Amino acid sequence: MLSVQAITKHYGKPVLRRVSLEVSEGEIVCILGPSGCGKSTLLRIIAGLERADDGEILIEGVSMEGVPVHERGFGFMFQDFALFPHMNVSDNVRYGLRMRHLPKVQQEHLVEDALRLVGMRGFERRDVTSLSGGEKQRVALARSLAPTPRLLMLDEPLGSLDASLRWEVLKELKRILKESGVTTLYVTHDQSEAFSIGDRIAVMNAGRFEAIDAPLALYRSPQTVFTAQFLGLHNVLTSSDYTNIPDDLPALDADYILIHPDGIQLDPKGDITGRIRENNVWEGHYGSIIVTLTPEISLRVNMGRPTLLGVDDTVRLTIDPAYVVPLSP
Amino acid sequence: MDRSGTPLNMVRANNHRFAGRRAAGILLAALPILFLAVFFFYPLLSILQISLIPDGTLDLSGFAELITSDYYRRVFFFTVQQAVLSTVITLAMALPAAFVFARFEFPGKSLLLSLATLPFVLPTVVVAAAFGALIGEHGVINSVIVSLFGLSDVPIQLEGTVAIILIAHAFYNYSVALRIIGSYWATLSPRMDEAARVLGAHGWRLWWTIRLPALRPAILAAAALVFIFTFTSFGVVLILGGIRFATLEVEIFNQARNLFNLNMAAALSLVQIGFMFIVMLIYTRLSRAATADIQAARAVARKPRTKGENALVVITVGVMMVFQFAPLLALIWRSFTVGDQGFTTRYYSALSTNPRGSVLFAPPLEAIGNSVSIALITTVLAVVLGMLTAYLLARRDSWAARALDAVFMLPLATSAVTLGFGFIIALDEPPLNLRASPLMIPLAHTLVALPFVVRSILPGLRSISPNIRGAAAVMGASPFTVWRTIDLPLISRGVIVGAVFAFTISMGEFGASLFIARPDTPTIPVVIFRLLGQPGAGNYGQALAMSVILMGVCAISFITIERLRKLGMGEF
Repeated sequence: MLSVQAITKHYGKPVLRRVSLEVSEGEIVCILGPSGCGKSTLLRIIAGLERADDGEILIEGVSMEGVPVHERGFGFMFQDFALFPHMNVSDNVRYGLRMRHLPKVQQEHLVEDALRLVGMRGFERRDVTSLSGGEKQRVALARSLAPTPRLLMLDEPLGSLDASLRWEVLKELKRILKESGVTTLYVTHDQSEAFSIGDRIAVMNAGRFEAIDAPLALYRSPQTVFTAQFLGLHNVLTSSDYTNIPDDLPALDADYILIHPDGIQLDPKGDITGRIRENNVWEGHYGSIIVTLTPEISLRVNMGRPTLLGVDDTVRLTIDPAYVVPLSP
Repeated sequence: MDRSGTPLNMVRANNHRFAGRRAAGILLAALPILFLAVFFFYPLLSILQISLIPDGTLDLSGFAELITSDYYRRVFFFTVQQAVLSTVITLAMALPAAFVFARFEFPGKSLLLSLATLPFVLPTVVVAAAFGALIGEHGVINSVIVSLFGLSDVPIQLEGTVAIILIAHAFYNYSVALRIIGSYWATLSPRMDEAARVLGAHGWRLWWTIRLPALRPAILAAAALVFIFTFTSFGVVLILGGIRFATLEVEIFNQARNLFNLNMAAALSLVQIGFMFIVMLIYTRLSRAATADIQAARAVARKPRTKGENALVVITVGVMMVFQFAPLLALIWRSFTVGDQGFTTRYYSALSTNPRGSVLFAPPLEAIGNSVSIALITTVLAVVLGMLTAYLLARRDSWAARALDAVFMLPLATSAVTLGFGFIIALDEPPLNLRASPLMIPLAHTLVALPFVVRSILPGLRSISPNIRGAAAVMGASPFTVWRTIDLPLISRGVIVGAVFAFTISMGEFGASLFIARPDTPTIPVVIFRLLGQPGAGNYGQALAMSVILMGVCAISFITIERLRKLGMGEF
């Protein structure tokens, strides 16, 4: 449905380097990356708010080159929501419908539908400046959905919400997006958001996509060193360190190897011995330990339940070969 | 391009489309710059040329005369001296009031503060007429004393003295100083006073060691601003000071208009401009320091508790009311009672006639028509140019925008008389001959009003985040629709405030108008000035009547601005 082809953009220095992406009808693709990686710029270029130096955006095979932003028929939700402060809730939601010159009665119905979808019926006459952060977010979402855009873009939509509110809103957002069936690009720097909402995740770093895959596949096999580290999978070894691990592990022809923390077990009969360097307990019921094998090699081990072992205790480990993954730099 | 597979001609066509839009943008942005270049910098350069190279060769005789002559040195010193004295008197009067307004809550406080700002927006001719009506030779006070004690001579002879100039200046600038110092003071913690008292300070020591030093930034900023206003004071000095006192501003006018000594007028203008720019620079520095902390702190005003505090509030409010409103009431009263016929409206009805032997070429009422049409043209020009300028200044946050910002404030630092003088010498000969054009005065007024209009629109414009426009565009609004449905509603209040400012400024503008106005199409302030300069109760009564009308117009504008500003717009 959407085809991004070799988009390049410079602001003095390169921001996007020949970025390509295919999105199919009804799919939700999350673009995940650290701040400043170029993900918002890509979104703004697709929307037509900014121009690419090179490359092309196609919708259903039709180039968007030369089509100004207001003729593209997309939806965009901004991190600061960008609600119109001089209009009330229903006028904000109605704006896109007015621009399409829909009949008044139909506008009325669509505004109603959109507000019902986000659970904001009854707020029609409210001044948008008087709304809470979560309410603003819902209005912004309703506003971008009301004109049934061909493509919906969300730029850090939960970025300005409190952490406590985020999970509630995230669940709602997922339901709404699925219900409306709209093709969605969702930009975020938060991996938990990306993993819970995306059909696929595209990890971006320094103006390039590092990996594009479904959430579970990406978690098991993050493809590049950056992706592994960005996802918090820390056991990335160089090939020479890898060969020094005294276990029966598959030989891999790769510069870097990830030993997935989920694939390491404490095992009194294991071939690998090491000393515990850190023992972390999260929320009281699960944890992770860091085990030092040699001065160069330390491995993180995810624990289903916290261990009572102490720092400097010696432990034995086994590694499941299925969790050993080659990475490119 | 080849790798992305985009047909090259398509990209070109698209580039043309963007190029066209950009060209239109540059054209609109160029308009205010062009306006400033033609109607501000060109006249200024003409002044420079006339003063330095009057006949094609460099001739410094004007400056030599300026430096060697005792007379011009006295003019310069008098200008500085009266400005310093006016500033000191203004601050001395405003400080106690600022204390009361910052620290105490009392009924009618905000209304009083609003009303106290009224004199500041009044035209100089009105203020001069009002002071004449109060303490002048035929003023209310003198006539009351004369009739009470049956004197044959008027006891108070202030007209033509420095004293009346200084009092009028203090009247004018009192509210400016009060606002700047009072709002700063309100943000300082009263705990500081209490700590000093616990440590043993009281009375004057409290003022000298704690309050005044803490207020330094605000006092300095207020002082600089009052100094700027009084240094370039024209109408008040010309009308109340008589022939004995000339500030630089008055002297420029005399040299150019009465003695036709353009060379000397230009030299004086240069001195004036140079001096003003320096003070203006100092002021911008100081005002930044004086407003820096205001957002951080909260106001801590409370009700007066002790007898002493109550007395202080009552006395301050009383003094303020008398000082600020007595001249205006005297003006209204005298406009009905000048002469010896008791209460009469004949001066108002006489405004529509033009008796033989009058100094005017037309009935005074016609001047109202002139002024209103000039003010309307000014308003349109200033609002259109002001909006374009505001966009220019709001768009980019770069050194270029900051430099432009300073450039567009320059007319504020240039006195009206200098502007008028520049217009006369620059715009009455090819390549640009506007001498006979009815646009001359509106153009000059636009220049004076432009900084105010820009400052009224800018905050609203800056508050529109680029994402808001982006959101509208994504939903299908074309650039013009975005402007119409998003920008315009959000800046409308600022635009209205700017328009009212422009209208009021134009109605009351005196210095430039006196230079430029042609004898048969005078404006209200010019007519008032001419009438005041003529003997006879008839002329004087008509001058007062005109002043009352002008004061009414300004008061209505002022109330409009205050109402809109209460709703949270504008930087002034």
